[in-house]
Amino acid sequence: MSRLPVKKTYKLFIGGSFPRSESGRTYEAEGQNVARASRKDVRDAVRAARAAQPGWAAATAYNRGQVVYRIAEMIEARAAEFAELCGGADEVERSIDRIVWYAGWADKLPQVLGGSNPVAGPYFNFTVPEPTGVVAVLAPEDPPLLGLVTRLLPPLVGGNAVVAVASESRPLAAVELAEALATSDVPGGVVNLLTGNHAELGPVLASHMDVNAIDVCGADGDAPELERLAADNVKRVVHGRADVQSPWEIASFLELKTVWHPMGQ
Amino acid sequence: MAEIDKPTREVDVPGDWTYASAPESRDIVHIRDRYGYYVGGEWLEPAETYETIAPRDEEPLAAVGQATAEDVGRAVAAARTAYADGWSSLPGSERAKYLFRIARILQERAREFAVLESLNGGKPIKESRDVDLPLAAAHFFYYAGWADKLEYAFPNRRPRPVGVAGQIIPWNFPLLMLAWKVAPALACGNTVVLKPAETTPLTALLFCDVLRQAELPDGVVNIVTGDGRTGAALVESEDVDKIAFTGSTEVGKAIQRQLAGTGKRLTLELGGKAANIVFDDAALDQAVEGIVNGIYFNQGHVCCAGSRLFVQESIYEPLVAKLERRLTTLRVGDPLDKNTDVGAINSAAQLEKIRELVASGEEEGATIYQPPCVLPEKGYWFAPTVFTNVAQSYRIAQEEIFGPVLSVLTFRTPEEAVEKANNTPYGLSAGVWTEKGSRILWMAQRLRAGVVWANTFNRFDPGSPFGGYKESGFGREGGRHGLEPYLEFEE
Repeated sequence: MSRLPVKKTYKLFIGGSFPRSESGRTYEAEGQNVARASRKDVRDAVRAARAAQPGWAAATAYNRGQVVYRIAEMIEARAAEFAELCGGADEVERSIDRIVWYAGWADKLPQVLGGSNPVAGPYFNFTVPEPTGVVAVLAPEDPPLLGLVTRLLPPLVGGNAVVAVASESRPLAAVELAEALATSDVPGGVVNLLTGNHAELGPVLASHMDVNAIDVCGADGDAPELERLAADNVKRVVHGRADVQSPWEIASFLELKTVWHPMGQ
Repeated sequence: MAEIDKPTREVDVPGDWTYASAPESRDIVHIRDRYGYYVGGEWLEPAETYETIAPRDEEPLAAVGQATAEDVGRAVAAARTAYADGWSSLPGSERAKYLFRIARILQERAREFAVLESLNGGKPIKESRDVDLPLAAAHFFYYAGWADKLEYAFPNRRPRPVGVAGQIIPWNFPLLMLAWKVAPALACGNTVVLKPAETTPLTALLFCDVLRQAELPDGVVNIVTGDGRTGAALVESEDVDKIAFTGSTEVGKAIQRQLAGTGKRLTLELGGKAANIVFDDAALDQAVEGIVNGIYFNQGHVCCAGSRLFVQESIYEPLVAKLERRLTTLRVGDPLDKNTDVGAINSAAQLEKIRELVASGEEEGATIYQPPCVLPEKGYWFAPTVFTNVAQSYRIAQEEIFGPVLSVLTFRTPEEAVEKANNTPYGLSAGVWTEKGSRILWMAQRLRAGVVWANTFNRFDPGSPFGGYKESGFGREGGRHGLEPYLEFEE
C-alpha cells in the first residue's frame, strides 16, 4: 500500500508567522486552496511591517546585504521545488541571481546616490539615501517567482519593510518564497506576503495612511484608481516593470536626506 | 607734572535708541499699469485682469491677467513648438550659455528685482536683497553648468528631456522659486510654462525682460498669471509632460489625484511643521538666533520654517526668557526699510488664516507672548508670536501656520525629542542644537525630514538637494538630484 502524502496548507505570511486569513476565506488557484487575504489581513501586515521597519533600516548595510544574500541561499536549497511552481529552472536561477545582485547593493547605495555638496558658505553638507518606510507591492501575474522577486528586492535592500500581494492566478511560488524567507535571516515583519484578490486588496493598500509607497506593477487597469487613492497621504507611486534590474529601482523607494553643519573653530 | 586740561564736551545721549528709517528707493523699478501673458516671446493681452497690490499698505501696483484654460493652452502650445523647434536638440553647451547669461543679468539687475520682490510680496528688503536674489542668480549659474554634463550626472542612463514642464510656484519666495523651477528644467532641455502665485506675479513678469535681454529663444519660457483656476488648467493641460508644484499639501494632494492615470511626471514640494530641537548643552545665544531665523525669517512664510520648538526641560526657562527678550529687538515694519527684520504678511487671506490659528491656540489653552511693537495701520501685519504651554495635540502644534508664530514644547531625552519631532504627517525639515557631535549625527539619522540643519537653520544653496519626506511631497530641487525630475532615461 503506497503512502498517502501530507498536503500543505497555503497560508499568508505576516510578521514572520503563517496565519490563515482572519476572514476564513480561501480561493482555488493552481489546484490548491489558497488563503484569500482580507482588508483586516492587510492592516495586520502593515502594522507588522511598520513595527519591523526601523530595526531593518538600522541594521548596518553590510548586515542587510548578508541577510538578503541568505535569501538566495535558501532558494537555491529549494530550487527544485521552486522550479515546479514557476516557469522552471531558468526562472528560479534568474531569481536567485537577481537577489545576489541586489544583495551587493546594500552597502553601495549611499556612495552612488548620495554625496557631499559644495555649498557657498562655511558648512559641511551631505546627502544620504534613506528608506521611505513601509512599501506596498502588487506583484505582477507573471512570471510568478521572478516577477515577485523583481518587485520585492529593490524596496527590501533599501531598508524598507514590504507588504506584497502575490500573483493572483499563480500564488504558490510566493508561498514557497515565504517559507524560504522564514528560514532565512530576514527579521519577521520585514517582508509580508499576502495571497488574494488584487482588485480587493490594492485599494486597501493604496489608501492606507501608514503606507509610504506603492508599486502598482500588478494592478493592471486599476492603476489609475490606486494612484488617486495614494494621494491621500502623498504616497510615492511606482509603476514597476516585471523584469528589470537596476539601482534606480531601489532609488524609487528611497528618500534623500540632506544635513548641514557649520564649519568653524 | 602739569595737569592736562581735558576738554569737556557734553554728548547728547538719545533717550530713544530706535533706528531712523532707512528706506530703499523704489525709483529703480518701473511697474507697468497692466501686464498680459508672456507666450512665445510676446505679450498676450488678457481678457480679464485682477489687481496685484503691495501688502505693506494695500497700494494697487498693476493689473495682471487672469489666464483662462484657453490662454494656458496657447502657452503650452508655444512651449511645445519651442521644444520641438530646437531647444531640446540644442547642444547642452549652448543651453548652458543662455542660462549663464540669465544668471549674470539677474546679478546685474538684482537691486531692481529685490525692491520689486519686497514691494509686491512684503518681505524685508534685507532678505530679498541678501537671500532671494543672490540665491536665484546662483541657481541659474549652478544649473547652467550642468546643461552640457548630464551624462556625467547619470552615467549609463542616456538622459534626455521630458518635454514641456508646467510649473506652479508659491508667493513666499516668488523669484527664487521661479529660479528653482526654471533653471533645472531648461538645463535639461525642457521648455516651461510657469504660473507665479496669484498675489506675487510681478518679479516673474519682470523676469520676462531678463529673458529678452538674454535672447532666449521664443517660447522656451512662457508665463501665465492668475489664481488657482489657472494652475488647475495647467495641470489639466494634455500637452504638458511634467508638473512641478510648490505650495500647500492640500493642493498638492489634489494635483496628485488629478494626474492619476495620466502618466505625467510629478514632483511636489509641500507644507511642513518643522521641529527645531534644542538640547541643554547647546550654545544658547546661537540657538536663540537660529530659532528666530527659523521662524521669523520671511514672516514665517517658509515651508521649512522651524515652527515647533522643542526645548530640553532643564533649559526651558532660561531659553524662553532669552527668546522673548530677543523678540523685543525685532523691527517689524516697512519691507522697503533696510533695518526691517519682519515685513508685511503677504495677503489678507493669509493674515486671516494666521489670526484664526493663533486664536485657536489661545482657546486651546496655550500662553501667548508678543513683544511690544507698533504695527502700521494700513496693510497686513502680524506681530512675532511665541506660544508656550503648548500640547502636541493643539492645532498650533499640528497645522502649518505659515506665519511668524512659534509653538514651544519640551522634552527630556533624545528619544523623546525624536518621537515628538516625527509626530507629524509632514517631513520637510528639522533643526538640532547641541555641542555634542555624536548626538547631532544620531538625531539627524532618526529625524524623518528631507533637510536637517544642525546648529544652523534655514540655509539654502543651489548645490544642496531640498525636498520632503511623507506629506511634505516628493522629488528634490537643488543639486544633481534636482536634475532627475526633468529627465527621462533609457534603461
